[in-house]
Amino acid sequence: MRPLSAEPRYLQPGQRQTLVQPRTGGLRRDPAPSRLAFRLQRLWLTPVVRALTRIGVPVFIVVLGLGLWLGDDGRRADLIQRYEDVKAAVQNRPEFMVSLLKIEGASPEVDAAIRAMLPVRLPASSFAIDLKDYRAMIGRLDAVADVSLVIRPGGMLEAQVTERVPAVLWRTETGIEMLDATGHRVATLLAREARADLPLIAGEGAENAVPEALEILAAAGPILPRARGLVRVGARRWDLVLDRDQRIMLPETNPVRAVERTLALDAAEDLLDRDFTHLDLRNQDRPTIRLSDHALEALHAPSGQTTKAKAGP
Amino acid sequence: MTDLYQAQRAMRHMRKAAMQRGVIALLDIGTSKIACLVLRFDGGEALAEENVGPLAGQSAFRVIGAATTRSRGVRFGEIDAMAETERAIRTAVQAAQKMANTRVDHVIACFAGAEPRSYGLDGETEVQGNHVDEQDVARVLASCEMPPVGQGREVLHAHPVNFALDHRSGLGDPRGHVGKRLAVDMHLLTVEATAIQNLVYCIRRCDLELAGIASSAYVSGISSLVEDEQELGAACIDMGGGATGVSVFMKKHMIFSDAVRLGGDNVTRDIAAGLQVPMAVAERIKTFHGGVHATGMDDRERIELAGNSGDWEKDRRQVSRAELIGIMRPRVEEILEDVRALLDAAGFEHLPSQQIVLTGGASQIPGLDGLAARILGQNVRLGRPLRVQGLPQAATGAGFASVVGLALFAAHPQDEWWDFEIPAERLGGRSFKRAVRWFRDNW
Repeated sequence: MRPLSAEPRYLQPGQRQTLVQPRTGGLRRDPAPSRLAFRLQRLWLTPVVRALTRIGVPVFIVVLGLGLWLGDDGRRADLIQRYEDVKAAVQNRPEFMVSLLKIEGASPEVDAAIRAMLPVRLPASSFAIDLKDYRAMIGRLDAVADVSLVIRPGGMLEAQVTERVPAVLWRTETGIEMLDATGHRVATLLAREARADLPLIAGEGAENAVPEALEILAAAGPILPRARGLVRVGARRWDLVLDRDQRIMLPETNPVRAVERTLALDAAEDLLDRDFTHLDLRNQDRPTIRLSDHALEALHAPSGQTTKAKAGP
Repeated sequence: MTDLYQAQRAMRHMRKAAMQRGVIALLDIGTSKIACLVLRFDGGEALAEENVGPLAGQSAFRVIGAATTRSRGVRFGEIDAMAETERAIRTAVQAAQKMANTRVDHVIACFAGAEPRSYGLDGETEVQGNHVDEQDVARVLASCEMPPVGQGREVLHAHPVNFALDHRSGLGDPRGHVGKRLAVDMHLLTVEATAIQNLVYCIRRCDLELAGIASSAYVSGISSLVEDEQELGAACIDMGGGATGVSVFMKKHMIFSDAVRLGGDNVTRDIAAGLQVPMAVAERIKTFHGGVHATGMDDRERIELAGNSGDWEKDRRQVSRAELIGIMRPRVEEILEDVRALLDAAGFEHLPSQQIVLTGGASQIPGLDGLAARILGQNVRLGRPLRVQGLPQAATGAGFASVVGLALFAAHPQDEWWDFEIPAERLGGRSFKRAVRWFRDNW
């Protein structure tokens, strides 16, 4: 309880002064900043200084520190080596290892070729196999139309191969090649008898017009048993060669229609059973037949005309 | 005289530079408080595009920092102790900068005291050529005879109030008019030169550039008088702590300004002396319990007088509110009587409208408008400053009329004498400029 009398004005000897309460730190008489504080705050509020201090100085310190530390060759090499080690350690983890190559849809020869092409020895890390490159390499095989490569979980590299299907045989001077429907080479054939089911084409530039040849052959269905093959003439048009040395010379444009016309003529007048050597359909307006010598003689005999000199081949 | 003319021109350039930079500080150096506002000038045009018009220029800026500090070293609205005042300015500016989060380099300041005196000048000249052009205006302004303002006094404001051409008067802008004789009425406000020098020195010491000086009474009038009052005639009475400024407005121009060297601090001092309490306690009692009209209720309302004198009896006295009012009222009456005397001397009763607006911190005494109506006339109202964008709620009171007025002054200053061209004859040695001007005028 506070005494009712006032506190003494003067200090007794040995008495501690209690009258004047010391000022606490929170209550200052004058809140004015010093000149220095004022200037510093103004400096700090200057946009350039702020930007420099908050971005420029930290960036400078970090760059300087890194530069000094990396200035030493040994340290730099050590850092790169460590990085490589870590990279290898991660890549060689069992999760990333490929141990098996599975090939689907390939014939034994193609299968063997694909396996031989694999750039690494299995098992290997999947990072070491450049799938894009490997796929391009496989795609360069003539027998392969398309291939898809997938690394399956469990370390299996799966190759899904689509092979080219031979559609025609192409006889060249060196041998017989098998071509697919687009004219791309599939494989070399040693003997014609091995693929007797495939039609034969020959002649200069024949491999470039395989689709057209296939169309012609499809149109010439009824006379196929007699057909020996198609011959490309002058790299521009086809001759359909039949047995008994007969040739149907097809026009450059629209040969299928010419074949159909031949079939129609054959159905109506048994044209192909007649004795002729060439049926010339190159001019659409004027189909021409070149008779054999024998037929020509037979034709002229009843009338007694001797046109032997004219009918010579 | 010419020095200040040059100085004022330089300050106008600095104000323009500050506006271009976008940030400017306003400083109201008062006797009881120093207020600082930081304005940002941007996006005013965008706002004006919408439903808000440009108004009096107050849509062009936004208050982004505001700070107030207790004033030290200022007496009667003049700087008395330079170092103390400098520290107070630093406090206010630093706090406002911190709130605005930007650095301010340019300051426009106003103060109330320094014995302002008004002069009415007139000049007349012949118009050269058919039309009044800038040079004619410059010459008519130069033809005003400088009144004997006395030694050591400087011109603070010089407003051309009215232009007259031949028989027509009341022209706001005479340029382009056809006439022969051009006359001008100018209002000149002079203050003590030392007060301005002290202010400049204090602001320089704070590393700030002074971009303008204004009279506190003038800027209070700008902010607290509404447009009609400024047009028809009104007096703004800015009751500050140490000085009470009076400014009379007519046709949107200040035509008279003066100050009474009495204010709220005198009331506080009376209370402190009369009740024998410290100044801080007196200020507190005045703010919380003050008034000017005593009623029967006030006899029963007892006010505790806390003190720290050590005398228990003295520290536990009580006074009635009626006693307090009895101390305050004579002093407030004295202030208002002095204001009345000033207005009478200025011929305020001849104005078409005699609206009186009380503003300033001391105008917040309850019942003051009733007392003022008895002394000054019936048309008395209490004025608060115009609302401007971003002004904190704490700074919207009557005590901030002058600093808000400074904001309007900064955004949209009225043309003063130094904003017009210099007459060619006065240019003197600058013959090359004269030659250029001659070429420009003739071709």
